[in-house]
Amino acid sequence: MAATNRIRLIVNNRTYELYRGTGPGQVSPSDTLAFTLRETLGLTGTKISCAQGACGACTVIIDRKAVLSCGILTVECDGKEITTIEGLRDPKTGGLDPLQQAFIDHNAFQCGYCTPGMIMTSRALLDENPHPSEEEIKEALSGNFCRCVSHYHVLKAVKSVAEERG
Amino acid sequence: MKRRDGEEIVTGSAQFLDDLKFRNLLSGKVLRSPHAHARIKSIDKSKAEALPGVKAVVTWQDIPDWRGGTPRNVRVLDKKVRYVGDAVALVAAESDRIAEEAMRMIEVEYEVLPAVFDMDAALKSDAPLLYENLTSNILPGGTPIYGPKCLKGIVHGDIEKAFDEADVVCEGTAGFENIPNALPPEPPGAIAIWEPPDKATLYGTSQAPYMDKVSLYHVFNRELDIRCIGHHVGGSFGTKIMCWQVQAYAIILARATGCPVKVMFSKEEHMTSFTLRVGSRIQAKIGLKKDGTITGIQGTWFVDSGYYSFTTQCQVAVGLAEFMLFAQCPHWDLKTNVVATNRNASGATRGFGGQELNSSFMPILSLGMEKAGLDPLEVIKKNFVKPGGGYFWRNGEWYDYRGIDFSKTMDRGAERFGWKNKWKGWLQPASVNGRLRRGVGVGIHGNADIGEDTAEAYVQLGFQGRATIFLCAVEHGTGQKTNYTRLAAEVLGIPPERVTMTPADTLVTPFEFGPVGSRGTYAIGSAVIRAAEDARRQLLEMAATRLGVPPEDLDTENGVVFVRNHPEKKVRWSAMGIDRTILGYGRFEEDFTMCNCFMSFVEIEADTETGKTRLVRVVNATDIGQIIDPPGLENQMNACWGSAGIDGALMEETILDRTTGNILNANLVDYCWRPFSEIPEVENVVLETPFPSTRFHAVGIAEITNAPGPAAVLMAASNAIGRWLFQYPVTPDRLLKALENKGKRE
Repeated sequence: MAATNRIRLIVNNRTYELYRGTGPGQVSPSDTLAFTLRETLGLTGTKISCAQGACGACTVIIDRKAVLSCGILTVECDGKEITTIEGLRDPKTGGLDPLQQAFIDHNAFQCGYCTPGMIMTSRALLDENPHPSEEEIKEALSGNFCRCVSHYHVLKAVKSVAEERG
Repeated sequence: MKRRDGEEIVTGSAQFLDDLKFRNLLSGKVLRSPHAHARIKSIDKSKAEALPGVKAVVTWQDIPDWRGGTPRNVRVLDKKVRYVGDAVALVAAESDRIAEEAMRMIEVEYEVLPAVFDMDAALKSDAPLLYENLTSNILPGGTPIYGPKCLKGIVHGDIEKAFDEADVVCEGTAGFENIPNALPPEPPGAIAIWEPPDKATLYGTSQAPYMDKVSLYHVFNRELDIRCIGHHVGGSFGTKIMCWQVQAYAIILARATGCPVKVMFSKEEHMTSFTLRVGSRIQAKIGLKKDGTITGIQGTWFVDSGYYSFTTQCQVAVGLAEFMLFAQCPHWDLKTNVVATNRNASGATRGFGGQELNSSFMPILSLGMEKAGLDPLEVIKKNFVKPGGGYFWRNGEWYDYRGIDFSKTMDRGAERFGWKNKWKGWLQPASVNGRLRRGVGVGIHGNADIGEDTAEAYVQLGFQGRATIFLCAVEHGTGQKTNYTRLAAEVLGIPPERVTMTPADTLVTPFEFGPVGSRGTYAIGSAVIRAAEDARRQLLEMAATRLGVPPEDLDTENGVVFVRNHPEKKVRWSAMGIDRTILGYGRFEEDFTMCNCFMSFVEIEADTETGKTRLVRVVNATDIGQIIDPPGLENQMNACWGSAGIDGALMEETILDRTTGNILNANLVDYCWRPFSEIPEVENVVLETPFPSTRFHAVGIAEITNAPGPAAVLMAASNAIGRWLFQYPVTPDRLLKALENKGKRE
């Protein structure tokens, strides 16, 4: 694809055309996707914690895969479809994603800072594998750092959605 | 029982500090020292100031002598740096990038000084001094916060008698010096807005906005009026009650620029320049009787505070006091020393001195228990505080214990764990399967800080049959904000959905100390309950005049006040009129006469070939009085291994290069933490013996669910391999080394 002066991102089904550059609202070559989502597009549901791809707080879904948005440059995402925590609600009804509801029902968070990342990682897992085993859930979430130890309740929440859809 | 902020959390709309938006918000950054100890000879900031987009560069020369610490000898910016990472200059710029570029343009000339990287070096007679106004690196003991009698040691009874009465005497030195970091996911930060001539508004990551106002008032020479506003906090584990430095940086930069400024620490700064857990080492001599009674404890507890102290003397006082709950022995001679070293400072962290002392002491006590052939569970049961007991608390006052007997809790925990079958004696594995050997251990911790410090709340009743709680509380993960609305609702007889809470804003709410020491349920809860009761009393008095009966005959349910024996005689809350509100006030005064109690039984599997250990199973036991929030309680008890609890004995440590003062693993790749795929089996036993606390008879527990685990792990790992392990954490190399030293003690 020929380089243009613009970058197109499809975030939560909405298309954004952003200019390359270093000014406000533009995408610099060194901007991470996490930065663009939070600072340029104002989608602050995606959290930054370690900023080096080790903790999973900034997880979003790109082309159906869980991706660490602090570890990918925005310029690499040109033309990609991106889903963030803000995009999980049902677009028609506005209702919560079943995973979001399960996290509430099972008290699967404490401080809640890692929760958007946990939910996005779980969403990508269930999209790929709707009936994961407990081991598969744990493995999928092993890159998500939760310090309050909500792990046991997260497992219950994810399992409840996996089972319901079975 | 669902969290009221649940939808915000799961949709990403919950606002943490870094999510707040302000017009013209500047980025604030901190230039940090590459040296552990140096005098700043000169700073040339002219190039940085000339960079377009830079709004201010501030060094020690630009600000008054603003200080924090205990004693108050730590300047916000100083001409001397005392650890690798100490603040040298503050920069405010239009963007992070410009601020970072400006920092590279500041030229600093240092005169490097000799440094001390551990307590041994710091305590040498010819050691370089961190503070020239002190005569040694031992910081003055005690803190004015806890009053003139602040606990600095325990002298009680007659220590010589203790050893005469003992059947077994043991001695040793052990420590908990690996500095596991509680490490909340959200780094510390602050946003400040300056209002000339002497006001600032502060948005922070602290879980205690009112105490920020108080601490900063003193830091800024009692000249500033600071309004503190709290919001969602991305984990604290006790650490973020002490954000005064980052907050001071934001205020100084806002004052210098006239614009709002955000200073948000990076994860590296969080791990190198935000306060750490204290280092702890104890030399102790212990007397033990054959029946498990500890007759006396003599020794010195050394506490490494890093380059300064703010709360370390508090942690010494609380740690000692908690130690007395653990060991109700008649004879004591225990001294303490708080030592300054050239590493990043220690500060508040859950466990707050007690966890560190407990973890240091238990390995020495284990030697005595082995000598006397005693089961640790029996020793714990024998010595933990019971009705009839008493102790000194942090303020040096003696308290007669009026809490409950936890013996049943201990028995129930042991039963669930299967302690009787698994405990085979000291240095004996519970089971052996080829190279895999399993061992068990047990620990206990208690804390009377469940009733620490003052709390105030207002409860306002409105004509619509609704109530508002005015409370300076933020949500940092425990779910207590949801619980407070339930407590008030129950007192007022309305559904919890009709109770709302103000934001934590010191301009709006009365004083509240902050959620620490598991005080949320008893101390803060009491203030809310009393405020609701006071509001209810006023409501009934108002209704009494309308209904022509004495207020004692009235009750209220669902927004209606009625005569108890004639419910048809009633008046709605709306009768108060739309032009009136009722405001109840509740206050809690500190009460140290009761404690909570938490036990952890652990089973560890050691691979004698690779040295790797595995946390197989944990059984926790507590008695909480009454469970107010079942899933919240379960979450907190499950957290026994997280945020530097049990894992502080298995893998977590801050690796300090003790030749340069650099922290070598200040990131989440090199700092070891337990991934989801390795979570252990955790079971929780909870009893509900009513406490004489509030009308709901409950107490809190969260702070100490980390505390007994590390000592239990060291015990279990020692038993698994049949060799004593004395150092935290039990890394594979330490385990293999202990195995090599066949027949020798580590």
